[in-house]
Amino acid sequence: MRYLPNTIDDRQKMMADIGISSVEELFADIPEQVRLKRELNLPEALAEPELVRHLEDLAGKNGDTSRYTCFLGGGYYDHYIPAVIPALLSRSEFYTAYTPYQAEISQGTLAAIYEFQTMICELTGMDVANASMYDGATALAEAAAVATGATRRQRVVVSRTVHPEYRQVLKTYLEPRGVELVELPFTNGVTTGDNLDRYINRQTAAVLVQQPNFFGCLEDVYSLQRAASGVGALFIVSADPISLGLLKPPGEYGASIVVGEGQSLGLPLNFGGPGFGYFAAREEFLRRIPGRVVGATSDTRGRRGYVLTLQAREQHIRREKATSNICSNQALCALAATIYLSAMGPAGLRRVAGLCAQKAAYAKKRLAAVKGITVAFNAPSFKEFVIKSEYPVTLVQGVLLRRGLVAGPDLGRFYPELSNHLLVAVTEKRTKEEIDRLAEALEEVAG
Amino acid sequence: MIKNPWNEKLIFELGAPGRQAFSLPASDVPEVDLDWPENMRREKAPGLPEVSEPELVRHFTALSRLNHGVDTDFYPLGSCTMKYNPKVDEALAALPGFAGIHPYLPEELVQGALQLIYEMEAYLAEISGMDRVTMQPAAGAHGELTGILLVRAYHRCRGENRTRILVPDSAHGTNPATAAMAGYQVVSVPSDQRGGVDVAALEKLLDERVAGLMLTNPNTLGLFDENIHIIADMVHKVGGLLYYDGANTNAIMGYTRPGNMGFDVVHFNLHKTFATPHGGGGPGAGPVGVKKDLVPFLPVPLVDFDGKRYYFNYDLPHSIGKVRSFYGNFGVVVKAYAYIRSLGAEGLKQVSRDAVLNANYLMAHLKKYFYLPYDRFCKHEFVISGKWQKERNGVKTLDMAKRLLDYGFHPPTIYFPLIVEEAMMIEPTETESKETLDRFIDAMIRIAREAEEEPEKIKGAPYTTYIGRLDEVAAARKPELRWRAGK
Repeated sequence: MRYLPNTIDDRQKMMADIGISSVEELFADIPEQVRLKRELNLPEALAEPELVRHLEDLAGKNGDTSRYTCFLGGGYYDHYIPAVIPALLSRSEFYTAYTPYQAEISQGTLAAIYEFQTMICELTGMDVANASMYDGATALAEAAAVATGATRRQRVVVSRTVHPEYRQVLKTYLEPRGVELVELPFTNGVTTGDNLDRYINRQTAAVLVQQPNFFGCLEDVYSLQRAASGVGALFIVSADPISLGLLKPPGEYGASIVVGEGQSLGLPLNFGGPGFGYFAAREEFLRRIPGRVVGATSDTRGRRGYVLTLQAREQHIRREKATSNICSNQALCALAATIYLSAMGPAGLRRVAGLCAQKAAYAKKRLAAVKGITVAFNAPSFKEFVIKSEYPVTLVQGVLLRRGLVAGPDLGRFYPELSNHLLVAVTEKRTKEEIDRLAEALEEVAG
Repeated sequence: MIKNPWNEKLIFELGAPGRQAFSLPASDVPEVDLDWPENMRREKAPGLPEVSEPELVRHFTALSRLNHGVDTDFYPLGSCTMKYNPKVDEALAALPGFAGIHPYLPEELVQGALQLIYEMEAYLAEISGMDRVTMQPAAGAHGELTGILLVRAYHRCRGENRTRILVPDSAHGTNPATAAMAGYQVVSVPSDQRGGVDVAALEKLLDERVAGLMLTNPNTLGLFDENIHIIADMVHKVGGLLYYDGANTNAIMGYTRPGNMGFDVVHFNLHKTFATPHGGGGPGAGPVGVKKDLVPFLPVPLVDFDGKRYYFNYDLPHSIGKVRSFYGNFGVVVKAYAYIRSLGAEGLKQVSRDAVLNANYLMAHLKKYFYLPYDRFCKHEFVISGKWQKERNGVKTLDMAKRLLDYGFHPPTIYFPLIVEEAMMIEPTETESKETLDRFIDAMIRIAREAEEEPEKIKGAPYTTYIGRLDEVAAARKPELRWRAGK
């Protein structure tokens, strides 16, 4: 067994030193009643070439982005991943290390997280950021939890234009804490601006919105922020980090906490994970934020270095009084994002965002001209938009599939009133030719 | 000591305005004026680095050289199972057919991925003795939260509003933090003289208020609790459930299973037991397995098979909902799947045998030099104490841990579990050779001797690392959490 160095001879010598004649003696304290009295029923071990063939077979059954042109969105996107990212992530000093508790031999991870925190602050316009969360959904749920703690209020208001899966996670996280979750309706693809005071009141801990929202539309974040701050509630924004290359940083429109999914920043689609969640906040919430935080300090010789800090918030110190139970986060994914943002720089990020917006605008116009298709919402949008088809979405998706195209998700899954509605995402990777092919395929549906 | 690999400059301090490491095509669509409101447009560009690709690569390569990983040398960090991470598993997870698939692809385009999840569920169910497993939780603590929410949903569905979760005083910090997050009152259970759960004390705490007991077995002392079946019966008798923290599964594969011990809910740490890399703090994966009675409450979706095709099953009316977007850290699940398929049943059992043998070998040698609070055979890890050195020489466990850095080793987990003073929790794993273990024993013996002869030397350690001991107090008192120009 290639991962196990011990030979029979090694084992004999070790047993002699321990003073046993069989390894089984070391397991003698497992009572008879609880023992497994048979071998585990698992498939035969595979040699490496067999293993590779088996997994290549499984992988080959999947329609990856090289085989199907991807117009799918909804939180995970087919952006270009510069080659430097996988190259640098394959440095095993990064990926085979644990959480950097021993700072003296973890400065690589720690300095990179410090850079990551800085970049997230720069993107969002926030004061502080943590080292990452599991994903965009749990980051949003933890942000809501921070708000209930900070305001001592038990009502959280979330727009229905926030990712439906994020809202499901929010519900799972908040319900056991006795927090009431209230949803804001939407009109024409954006949060309904009228009667906000019917939902947002003095018991409200936070107002949660997504910008651009799940439909790709730009929200009127200013009036939502005013409604929140008017009653002393936190304003929490979930934002696509790519969009922040062109869109106003949430810190500039009064966000208290900004979170989001970071997969767009140089990570593969991975069937929905691993990506990572980012979490940034105003300074006043510093001691309430969940997860790892890296700070700068100096060593005994006065040299600058980095450590995990503010650990008094965390589970290994505070136990049941911790701000969250999070321990492992998505550190290596945050490192990928750090490399991505370093590679792109301010100009590259702006270019990526601009290409997404321009191509999406072209696609929106092109698809609007297709018979049987209408663009569902006319609010300004970023890289996604919603189309409505005269025909069932399953029929539409079937036609696309035959032409090697995928778009979605089908919004009827999440919004009963939006049956026959399909989300379309257009990243910088999509070409005019691909967009035209999408339009032609949709014409075929009507034809 | 090697030449300092880093120039101490952060990426923001490198490069020059106008330098770039990106390469993007020109737009091929007719340019339009975006209809965005003026007040939504970003005015000031984010302060991101401006570097060329070679500078970028040198910088992160330099940073990587400041890290100690499993591939660097021995990493006996107790409770974390820092075993070797197979290279082939990395390559397989990166296959385009796994890495390049969108979570909202139609089911017919992800049959391979669904099959993998379906089979992985069966393997984990078999290894743990559970009936079904969800892959959705992203990490161990996330699995704990999922599991405790399942316990909560189970009781509530039966019309019971139980309020307490019992947690041993030796437990991981995530256990009490999790129970609190799930809305429970946390009650600590003391340990007995053999390091197990104090059964008499447990008896007094058990009543109809108890929703469940969270336990890891072997526990954080690396000791197998021989009373586990008695404990399980006691908890079940008052209607409570047993939660298994799977952090220590590396010790028992093929010997016993949480299901056989009486546990109702289990989380796995794929990044510990099943050899996926820790990534400097993630991503991991924390699948959760349950016994039959808890299946209706699992997060949606599960993956099922109708004899012809694999599909997502959202039809769980009592589900706790979702704990994460999509289906979990699928990429990590692929690696763990590949690991299980590489080893098979006998391989996994040999993993546990060697992990336990290696730990006992280290313990047998080190107990002559360090106080061993529980002197009995351990499982995959054990806890020694620096109490002799502290009392006799004023040398603390922290000092000895730092001195280990000079010998090229990652130190053990220190000051945990909390019930052992000056604790050092050592977990060698099965992937270390006897020569490595002997080098470590040798280093520890030399440190014990240094503590006697040159205590001041140890207190000043480390000497050979890139950086010396860092002022953590200053870092927390005046937090500096981001880089700023001119500082």
